[in-house]
Amino acid sequence: MFNVNRLMTRGALAAAVAVPVTLCAGFALAQENGQPVPGGLGLPNMVTPVGLGTQQLYNMVLMPIISFIALFVLGLLIYVAYRFNEHANPIPSKLTHNTPLEIIWTLIPVLILLFISVPSLRLLAEQVEVPEASVTIKVTGNQWYWSYKYPEDQGGGFGFDQMLKPESELQPGELRLLTVDNEAVVPINEVIAVHITSNDVIHAFGVPSFGVRMDAIPGRLNQTWFKIDREGVYYGQCYFICGKDHAYMPIVIRAVTREKYNEWLAQAKQKFAGADQRVRVASESH
Amino acid sequence: MASSTMAGAHDHPRGLRRFLFSTNHKDIGTLYIILGSIGGVIGFLLSLAMRLELAYPGVQIFPGLAEFLNGADPAMALDAGKNLYNVFITVHGVLMIFFMAMPILIGGFGNWFVPIMIGAPDMAFPRLNNISFWLLVASLVLAVISMFVDGAPGMKGFGGGWTFYPPLSSNTGTPGPAMDFVILALHLAGASSILGAINFITTIFNMRAPGMTLHKMPLFVWSILVTAFLLLLVLPVLAGCVTMLLTDRNFGTMFYDPAGGGDPLLFQHLLWFFGHPEVYIVILPGFGIISQIVSTFSKKPVFGYLGMAYAMVCIGVLGSIVWAHHMYTVGMSLNAQRYFTLATMVIAVPTGIKIFSWIATMWGGSLSFRAPMVWAIGFIFVFTMGGITGVVLANASADKQFHEGYYVVAHFHYTLSLGAVFALYAGFYYWFPKMCGYMYSETLAKANFWLLFIGVNVVFFPQHFLGLGGMPRRYIDYPDAYALWNMVSSLGMIFVTLSLVVWFYAIIEAFMKKRLAGANPWGAGATTLEWTLSSPPPFHQFEVLPRITGAGR
Ligand code: HEM
Ligand SMILES: [Cu+2]
Ligand SMILES: [Cu+2]
Repeated sequence: MFNVNRLMTRGALAAAVAVPVTLCAGFALAQENGQPVPGGLGLPNMVTPVGLGTQQLYNMVLMPIISFIALFVLGLLIYVAYRFNEHANPIPSKLTHNTPLEIIWTLIPVLILLFISVPSLRLLAEQVEVPEASVTIKVTGNQWYWSYKYPEDQGGGFGFDQMLKPESELQPGELRLLTVDNEAVVPINEVIAVHITSNDVIHAFGVPSFGVRMDAIPGRLNQTWFKIDREGVYYGQCYFICGKDHAYMPIVIRAVTREKYNEWLAQAKQKFAGADQRVRVASESH
Repeated sequence: MASSTMAGAHDHPRGLRRFLFSTNHKDIGTLYIILGSIGGVIGFLLSLAMRLELAYPGVQIFPGLAEFLNGADPAMALDAGKNLYNVFITVHGVLMIFFMAMPILIGGFGNWFVPIMIGAPDMAFPRLNNISFWLLVASLVLAVISMFVDGAPGMKGFGGGWTFYPPLSSNTGTPGPAMDFVILALHLAGASSILGAINFITTIFNMRAPGMTLHKMPLFVWSILVTAFLLLLVLPVLAGCVTMLLTDRNFGTMFYDPAGGGDPLLFQHLLWFFGHPEVYIVILPGFGIISQIVSTFSKKPVFGYLGMAYAMVCIGVLGSIVWAHHMYTVGMSLNAQRYFTLATMVIAVPTGIKIFSWIATMWGGSLSFRAPMVWAIGFIFVFTMGGITGVVLANASADKQFHEGYYVVAHFHYTLSLGAVFALYAGFYYWFPKMCGYMYSETLAKANFWLLFIGVNVVFFPQHFLGLGGMPRRYIDYPDAYALWNMVSSLGMIFVTLSLVVWFYAIIEAFMKKRLAGANPWGAGATTLEWTLSSPPPFHQFEVLPRITGAGR
């Protein structure tokens, strides 16, 4: 009998560990590349410190609190409707003041808000203060595509445009409205600083699984950052209305190891050098 | 005999003259309600087209619509359709705010009931009242025309969203005159509202009946007073903001053009200095209406009257110093983002006071669930839903995940499309018997409620999921992963459409059946002055001013 009990406890323990682990693994696999999940209900799988922070803030703090408030108000409304309808309570009371109650329903929300603001402001500072970066890229919004520049002193010295791949050219496994011609590649586990601006109207650079969203505004250079913790392909889109093809200028960032990144840099330099030269020649001829 | 008709005509102008030249607050109120219904129906049709388009991934109906509406060349129809979608969101937003919610809540119910509730014969400036209304009609015409004139290169209409950010709205993005039409429409709508606000403030300060002190005014009057002050404070800022855009577009100034030392962010600050108070302008009259209704049907005075009145003042003041929470992603300094986060969250406190006070008003009451009360309870719930997601978005850190995405669309539709609209319907069914003297069918009014309640929740609740998953707003097409919840959202429109049909039918039925409502159909709980008058009230009421002695409510 003693034995059976132990067995059961062990079994339960094993299950308690195994179920979440397999679930998480399944999740991680299914979302390996940062793209939206069909029929998804929640935040995407986050792969950066800021993204994880956002996920924690929303899933652990904000979401439970607001769900509780919604259910609390709904519960009160249902109770009041049931208890004080004119059949249950034909004679209304004259109650119009209750100072302790009014103080409570002012103070408790204040406390809840203070409770929210602590993790929220901590995350905010983490988002806004860009740490020392090992790679800096410049991203420029255009109607209707993104341009990337990799600086010379970090092994770059080239730039390219990133355009939506038309539906007719998609290969199996490529995503409608998300797959592009030239992916931007960055190394994992390094701080990437992104400088963002625009050539024409306002656009916004956003990648959900990084927790990053930043406006691209002509005449301004905005800055944001991310540090990706695993290899993968991460998709983003334009998050500010910019004209008729606003929905057709996706962002794709491929995160790879440092070695592969260096290889890519070398290849990209070759591949895009021509493009850059053509631009230069064209502008010189004017 | 001739002279007697003359005298009659002077007192009661008839036919076209009665409405075109009207200076009577009730007739003008009726005109506003009709105009708002027209604006609302057009705004609804635009949203119906958008939801149809979004039901499936891919672009289906807008190219055809563009050929039909703008005479687009079939070869260019896809591009014209994409542009038209953006035009539709823009005009939908503008119409719903400026030509549906504001006219009905402020111009309609405000005009009808502010003078009556404070025991005044009319508004302070009846002729100003007339021009306020007709300016708004001209403005609506300009806004609708803007959809059919040149905008972006080769396109018709302005499709940059109701926030009109340059450079998309300047010559860079929209060289054609469509944007100039929109600017002039905003000028006229702004002038109309400023004149209306002056009129309300003067009326409320100077024309209260003897004994009607500020602290005895019904909460609906308080809500209109706070709203009028907000209008007066922020609409001139909007006017200046879009006038600078007009001169940038037409006279070579560079206020918003970085190439000439200007800054597009200046526009955003000015726009939102108007825009955030604007959302309170839309919702505060609703708060007032809900307070009247909850008290009437609980047969109890409002709980914490002074707290309720000053919570609205507080919301108005706080609402004016939080504008940049719409700009968390423009690259503001850390300290600015900290300030706007905290200040915005503080608004949740007076808002919470209002919600709990409504519930406390019902607590211990003897509730009768007539149609207006059902709408009011629905309001409290959906507005809470919109408010709590507002607390999420107040956080600059969390907002970076949701900004310009569908979570925001869900949030503001819960406060506007559900909140303001439910308050509007609550007020409509509360005062309809007073305004026309006939009782509507209770069953139809409740069917209208349930259809709309189910409909808008099915439309907008799944949009939270889309937003969490990262779907950007103002998109005519979306990655296939978002298909499921978009489909559900579009299906909800079936209920919404049916609810509108039921609403029209309820009005027609009431006018056909002509069940007389009597002075006070709501019983002992209805204690404000409008229920002491006949239904409909006489053309000129309170020729002898009432004397108010009881306690305030
Ligand atoms: C059943 C009713 C409604 C439906 C189905 C609906 C649907 C929509 C849709 C599809 C959009 C475009 C979202 C996007 O792509 O960003 C939108 C935007 C908007 N709606 Fe509604 N809406 C409804 C009612 C209302 C009401 C009653 C109001 C205001 C009182 C309102 C205010 C707005 C505003 C301000 C926008 C933003 C426009 C912009 O992006 O510039 N809507 N609505
Ligand atoms: Cu865009
Ligand atoms: Cu705001």
